Amino acid sequence: MKKSKAFWGFLVLALVIYAVVQGMISGGILDLYYQNILIQMCINIMLAVSLHIVIGVTGQFSIGHAGFMAVGAYISAIATMKLGLSLPVAIIMGAVISALAGLLVGIPSLRLKGDYLAIATLGFAEIIRIIFLNVDYVGGAAGMVVTNMTTWTYAFVGVVITILVIANFTNSRHGRGCISIREDEIASDAMGINTTYYKVVAFTIGSFFAGVAGAIYAHNFFIIQPTTFNFLKSFDILIYVVLGGLGSLSGATIAAIFLTIVSAYLANFPETRMIIYSLVLIIVMLYRPTGLMGTKEITSLFKFGKKGGSKV
Amino acid sequence: MLKVNNIDVFYGNIHALKDISLEVNEGEIVTLIGANGAGKSTLLKTLSGLLKPKNGNILYLTQQIAGKPAQTIVKSGISHVPEGRRVFSNMSVEENLELGAYLRNDRDGIKKDIDYVYELFPILDERRKQLSGTLSGGEQQMLAMGRALMAKPKLLLMDEPSMGLAPLVVKKIFEIIKTVNSQGTTVLLVEQNANMALSIADRAYVLETGKIVLSGTAKELQESEQVKAAYLGGL
Repeated sequence: MKKSKAFWGFLVLALVIYAVVQGMISGGILDLYYQNILIQMCINIMLAVSLHIVIGVTGQFSIGHAGFMAVGAYISAIATMKLGLSLPVAIIMGAVISALAGLLVGIPSLRLKGDYLAIATLGFAEIIRIIFLNVDYVGGAAGMVVTNMTTWTYAFVGVVITILVIANFTNSRHGRGCISIREDEIASDAMGINTTYYKVVAFTIGSFFAGVAGAIYAHNFFIIQPTTFNFLKSFDILIYVVLGGLGSLSGATIAAIFLTIVSAYLANFPETRMIIYSLVLIIVMLYRPTGLMGTKEITSLFKFGKKGGSKV
Repeated sequence: MLKVNNIDVFYGNIHALKDISLEVNEGEIVTLIGANGAGKSTLLKTLSGLLKPKNGNILYLTQQIAGKPAQTIVKSGISHVPEGRRVFSNMSVEENLELGAYLRNDRDGIKKDIDYVYELFPILDERRKQLSGTLSGGEQQMLAMGRALMAKPKLLLMDEPSMGLAPLVVKKIFEIIKTVNSQGTTVLLVEQNANMALSIADRAYVLETGKIVLSGTAKELQESEQVKAAYLGGL
């Protein structure tokens, strides 16, 4: 009952945002530059939310997310540029192949814990990048030329679907299983939860939506290059999740929006951007060690006033 | 009900359990006592599927459960209260209990059992919306027990329920173990607090560096000179 209220509330909110922005675009208030920032924002939200399900919900520290984004980007680019398929088909293809890659990497590496998992995923992302770097079919180091097909609509629909699926997953029985792994893996094992299975499921869903984000990204910038998907990109995504608060979907979203605006503003000084990122991270870790939102969701803030905060 | 035959368990190269055999009959409270590092927790983890024995077999009711994954074992009715409580600290008391019933699908039954747990531990009822990480040690131990009971176990494995708790709380917890047992759940209890454990148990095994060195009824062991000297601070 309550859950479906939040569901419809979110859909209405999404429609309103979409209508307003679309109106501003048609009315010529938002020029190409701002449209581009909005699309970039959507891509970053998708990346942040898709990593949130791996790190925030399931508690598996993966820092190779850019690798899955690269898979989505390249596969969808091949689909549209080489095979002549339409963009929606290409996005789905990119996402599915990326999910398969996630499954393939997840099954062996999710048996690792903590730092070891981080190293394994980081290594995997680099392997993907280097594969694309050395395959001439996709242009090698020079990159691959891709027609600009992404519109604000594609990006926004992508975000809405990503958030809906991941929010519903988190609130489901399966999501509870994943959260219990984050809270205490031994106890959740002892409760009869198949921990390896849920870790792989969360990882696969995360890679699927990273693939969607990658596909939309690929069709937005005219060219994709392997260097875009290096480990710094993975850290960018990680920063959204950590800054927003591990375990908070709305936190990850807010952090992604916030940092996209910051980095768009700092676009003229790409070198200082990383310095400011690190400064922001250090400051957040000092003053809000659990991130902007902690594990709370934005919806629980509204309940706070009504029910005296007894319900979390 | 449970029959363990000659199991060996290793941590890497370390031979933690050596040729262990024991038996638990339906309706009993059986306790395993022994010093630190004797292998008590290892044995429980092996029974609940968190560790796999290298050889030997474990017969539960009519099934072989040695080496089966934990979720199969929980489903067949063995529930483990892990050492050090391990509650899901960012979840409320009620959510913890619901997770205990993870493998069950009968909504009404789960509701009834949550009420049953609240009846056993009224303090948890008062705290049902509170994050379990903010509970006291004793309350967390009760929650861990309640969570394990939510799986409707036929056999409850308890790992050091008295760890780090005040004597009064320990007493209370042991009373509840007896209550749960009298309502039909068989209990296998691992304890360092040998006095307390022997006082409620029917039978006991003494574990020393991975081997069972002594076994018998709780009464026999309470009177045994060897146990008195080693574990009861014999007077």
